[in-house]
Amino acid sequence: MGPYLLRRLLIAIPSLLGISVVLFTVLALAPGDPFSELALNPNVPAEVRAALRAKFGLDDPIWQRYFRWLFAMLQGDWGFSFISRVDVDTLILQRVPTTLAVIGASQLLALCIALPAGIYSAVRPYSWFDRIASTLAFVGFSLPTFFTGLLLILLFSIKLGWLPFVYRADLTSTGLTWWSEQIKQTIMPVMVLGLFQAASWTRYVRSSMLDVVRLDFVTTARSKGLSEWWVVMKHVVRNALIPVVTLVALTMPQVFGGAIVTEQIFRVPGIGSLLIDAILRNDTPVIMAVTFVFSCLVIFFNLVADLLYGWLDPRISFR
Amino acid sequence: MAGSIPASPSAELGVKPQVVSPSAEAWRRFKRHRMAVISLAVLGLMVLAVVFGPLLWKLAINDIDFTATLKGPSMAHPMGTDDLGQDLLARMLYGGRISLAVGLAAMLMAILVGVTIGAVAGMSKGWVDTALMWLTDLFLSLPQLPLLLLLIYLFRDTLKSAFGPEVGVFIMIVLVIGGFRWMPVARLVRAQFFSLREKEFVEAARALGASTGRQVVRHILPNALGPVIVAGTIDVAAAIIAESTLSFLGLGFPPDIPTWGRLLFDAKDYLDIAPHWALFPGLAIFLAVLTINFVGDGLRDALDPRRVM
Repeated sequence: MGPYLLRRLLIAIPSLLGISVVLFTVLALAPGDPFSELALNPNVPAEVRAALRAKFGLDDPIWQRYFRWLFAMLQGDWGFSFISRVDVDTLILQRVPTTLAVIGASQLLALCIALPAGIYSAVRPYSWFDRIASTLAFVGFSLPTFFTGLLLILLFSIKLGWLPFVYRADLTSTGLTWWSEQIKQTIMPVMVLGLFQAASWTRYVRSSMLDVVRLDFVTTARSKGLSEWWVVMKHVVRNALIPVVTLVALTMPQVFGGAIVTEQIFRVPGIGSLLIDAILRNDTPVIMAVTFVFSCLVIFFNLVADLLYGWLDPRISFR
Repeated sequence: MAGSIPASPSAELGVKPQVVSPSAEAWRRFKRHRMAVISLAVLGLMVLAVVFGPLLWKLAINDIDFTATLKGPSMAHPMGTDDLGQDLLARMLYGGRISLAVGLAAMLMAILVGVTIGAVAGMSKGWVDTALMWLTDLFLSLPQLPLLLLLIYLFRDTLKSAFGPEVGVFIMIVLVIGGFRWMPVARLVRAQFFSLREKEFVEAARALGASTGRQVVRHILPNALGPVIVAGTIDVAAAIIAESTLSFLGLGFPPDIPTWGRLLFDAKDYLDIAPHWALFPGLAIFLAVLTINFVGDGLRDALDPRRVM
């Protein structure tokens, strides 16, 4: 496991570097100038502007600027938000836990729905349960998150009045009331993200299970006289989950995309809504940093998937 | 093995022993998928509606009428009106054109890039293949929505001034969405090329002196197209969702171009008093995506020669 982990970590580094190059190139190619506001301000004399440009190294060749930016990022110097007047890293550190909590809870919900539904569908293919589950999965997979969010708000907040539709980070109550309010306001964002994930995962689990069920070793396990439960759980599910893990890792960028939309709908104060706010207000350092954080998260989850892969499939980790 | 594939177009190369043409065979298989056929009909109706609808429904999309703001569906306005009293049916029909056009154009772009990269990687072994696949993996691990937003934020004004607001935003959204969706196609095409280029009929073509270009275009590519068509169909749905997401976040088309996502963005602050305003465009997006996905599912059944039906 150790060398395998190390190799995976080493593979992740070029990807991170590649992403940082892409990000930096995009920003460098973009028209516009971080100092454009200064340039338009008549109170700033031309010499001061030139001195500032020289101080921040804006006239250096692009590769020098890239390495300077990269080293600054590595040392934790992520810049200063133009709008909030705080360091970008403190701003992001405040927001990341909320995003991870919402995403984590929704993935858990998705797992709790997709695994049983997918497994049961595959064990009894073309039964009425399978037909209903497959149709629902297809519908859920085609419902965009922003529309489900609005539908849930319409139903639970406006028609029924059960749940608040704005997520508040500054709940004043304490103890049990705090928990109940916190859970109430988290239900809808988590449902929106979780149900969408559950729909696509159910499809993956079902088709992957169906591929494994007809293999010879399953017949062998059955003919050994093992119970059906044991055959399915121990022999089929474990092998069927291997391709599912890959597919789930590949859809991680989509999950973060969904999280951005969800956070924006319910005003959840996570990094997704931070990104949208920053874009609407031209806050370049924050935009860069949040995009980079999202990239790091995607790569981190790919790494986790690789590790899971090694655990599920011992044939891989010893290679 | 190759001879047992009935849907393979390579059968056309020699004499024609088969009674059924590949396309008729595919259509026969497609018809087995009931939901796919229904979806194809619904999708066709939607396309007809957005193409010819504005010719029949004469109300202008920007006709402001303050006597009829936020009205629910009625005879005069079958889908109701928005906060400025503009007719929603007219806006839906007009916006649908753009939403569907963005989906199609982005799909074409993704297929074009994906097939090119996949074909180059599949034909050239060695470092070219390794480099291209590394690029593909890199793009797959990019966080797409944040980057989409970043690109649009950075380049919107330039393109707007170069091509005008409508065409500029259209070109940019198509390029950006298409540029982030080619990776699955590239992988599919590469995998297909790896197995196809070792097949006997390609070897025969090579022995007869066909150039690499001719081998690819005439012999390998037509046989690799099945999965690409399926992936392309699903891409249309994904591109429609991507465009709607951008518009929904207020970063897509400008307000005077009412795509379905933009309508939802405008409607979301009036959910309590005018739910119809959000429901109609949302349902339209959902229906378009659902039917396209079902058609893709049907095509997968129809174009997969290994599946016996």
